Amino acid sequence: MLEVRNLECVRGDHRLFTDLNFQLEGGELLRLRGANGSGKTSLLRTLCGLLEPAEGEVLWRGENIRAQRDEFNAELLYLGHSNGVKAELTAFENLRIHNALCGRRLPDDRLYDALVEIGLGGREDLPTQVLSQGQKRRVALARLLLSDAALWVLDEPFTALDVDAVAQLARLMEAHLQRGGMVVYTTHQEVEMRAGACREVNLDR
Amino acid sequence: MGFKNSIAWYYFSAPKNFYVLAGRLIPWFWGAAIVLLAVGLYMSFFVAPTDYKQGESYRIIFVHVPAAWMSMFIYLLMAAYAIIGLSWKVRMAEMMASALAPTGAMFTFLALWTGAFWGKPTWGTYWVWDARLTSELILLFLYIGFMSLQSAIDDPRRASRASALLAIVGVINLPIIYWSVKWWNTLHQGASVSPTMAPKMASTMLTVMFIMAVAFWMYTIAVVLMRARRIILERERQTTWVMDLVKAGTGDKQ
Amino acid sequence: MNGINETGAAVQPSLMSAWRAMILRDLTLAMRRRADVLTTLFFFIIVVSLFPLGVSPEMAVLREIAPGVIWVAALLASMLSLGRLFSDDFQDGTLEQMLLLPQPLSVLVLAKVLAHWLVSGLPLVLLSPLLGMQLGLDGEAIGLLMLTLLLGTPVLSLIGSVGAALTLGVRGGGVLVSLLVLPLYIPVLIFGTGAVDAATSGMEYDGHLSLLGAFLVLAALLAPLATAAALRISAE
Repeated sequence: MLEVRNLECVRGDHRLFTDLNFQLEGGELLRLRGANGSGKTSLLRTLCGLLEPAEGEVLWRGENIRAQRDEFNAELLYLGHSNGVKAELTAFENLRIHNALCGRRLPDDRLYDALVEIGLGGREDLPTQVLSQGQKRRVALARLLLSDAALWVLDEPFTALDVDAVAQLARLMEAHLQRGGMVVYTTHQEVEMRAGACREVNLDR
Repeated sequence: MGFKNSIAWYYFSAPKNFYVLAGRLIPWFWGAAIVLLAVGLYMSFFVAPTDYKQGESYRIIFVHVPAAWMSMFIYLLMAAYAIIGLSWKVRMAEMMASALAPTGAMFTFLALWTGAFWGKPTWGTYWVWDARLTSELILLFLYIGFMSLQSAIDDPRRASRASALLAIVGVINLPIIYWSVKWWNTLHQGASVSPTMAPKMASTMLTVMFIMAVAFWMYTIAVVLMRARRIILERERQTTWVMDLVKAGTGDKQ
Repeated sequence: MNGINETGAAVQPSLMSAWRAMILRDLTLAMRRRADVLTTLFFFIIVVSLFPLGVSPEMAVLREIAPGVIWVAALLASMLSLGRLFSDDFQDGTLEQMLLLPQPLSVLVLAKVLAHWLVSGLPLVLLSPLLGMQLGLDGEAIGLLMLTLLLGTPVLSLIGSVGAALTLGVRGGGVLVSLLVLPLYIPVLIFGTGAVDAATSGMEYDGHLSLLGAFLVLAALLAPLATAAALRISAE
């Protein structure tokens, strides 16, 4: 469903990678490997359509993602380096606004349940600027619980999380794969993951 | 556009081929520019008749008017390249837009400067808030904005795309600005120092102006091609053909 | 929990709610950072107050220059507030999320600009009568001044959003944006002050207002598209 053809990425003076090809089907997990600066984040951002590839294309359901941006975005969930969480807003407000912007109207109970499940019970109505790094990350992760996106693109999702949260996130990813979803992610931590098809792309060559 | 023609366009839109072609063309444009400029200047000083009203000082319009023309043409050309570059992702077109800007700004400045020097003996003041001078000044601001944006962004690709977008926004606004300024000028009944051609203006004057305009064009093309070549080397320096070129020691020739 | 969305779900009805959510979000954020809003307002007042000191306290002189002074101060104030339009969102990553929403980006940009105008442009309009009185304008001129600002300041916000998006994350972005945006503000300035001038000298001013209205329509149609394109370029 997700296909990458002859992808080349240039940042400033550096040619990060060229002629990259792979395919990802429903239920498959893809882990990107590579040293710092090898272009993992750039590749993830290119997969989302944030970065324009120098050459090649990214296809979703057989069509270039740039030709169907709204449709592709409806099926995409991206978690980047920055959490995408507003410091002045509470965890609950952040989640509610994000869902409203996605065009989903969910009852408040669902949002509160998601925040409790991700381990923010009792802190739902605090401005996120008073939360710890790990807790801010959890606010961002709460989106995974409410999303119906088929493709998850996660950039270092385990960073700043404690052991329990890492395990919980791994379970979430597994459940997503079992439902037929796809996950592309990078990490420096070794996290045990049970998945039907586990694939790797190494950018170091 | 014929099939052969479109192939040629496609071929030269590749920076490498453009680089080679431009290198061959530059001397010719330089030659044409120098010859025409010499002829044009000679004619403007010695052949064109003395104006019966303004005396000798009017001769500055042989530089002023063509420079003002160029300042506007170049902005339009820049915007056209920007549109091509952004909509069809032609890198070469973006580079051309960037290469044109300094020359456009130079001609705008030249038009303003010669306008001021022409205004002093004719109307007794260097600067008048006349519609055309004011528009020219705003055009200079637009050029400066374009170049500042370009130099403020570190990533060359983002720089040229962002400034291309700015050029497009500018060209949409340009007629509105020009027309507003003109309207504002008639309302305030400001003086007009713009060179109004006498109806009986000698045809030699027109000829001279035309020669000067062509000379400016030749100069513009020569300088822009040189600048474009430099930009190509800078932007494509990680490609193999540029590396080979640099190794062969011809990288800085011409 | 929920299944995989097979096709791009119907987005149309959700667009309105997304639009509303964006406006409410930005208004909430502005309310939590009221100081920023007030800074712009005080800047506006201070700039206008400098003119009697710098030019002349003579009422006749002030009345003459009042529309221009207030308009130029409004131009500068609205330009100053542009910095906040996208830069906070850019820094904390919410802009990135905004680019990945299943909604047309230009429509969301329009919502953001509207919210921005409500907290930075509209207060200038509401405050202008006070400054008009200080500079000796009469009632009719003040009413007209407000009307021109009401039509003109949204245009400033719209055009300014393009500049703000282009200079996102660029060093010296604040000064740079003024270089890009101020020349484009000139038509609004000309017709905004022109209307008040025309009224004080007893001439027709309907044409000016229609033109300002036309600028507003044109800017509302085109500027969000340019801003959306600029945001995609800047977020790379």
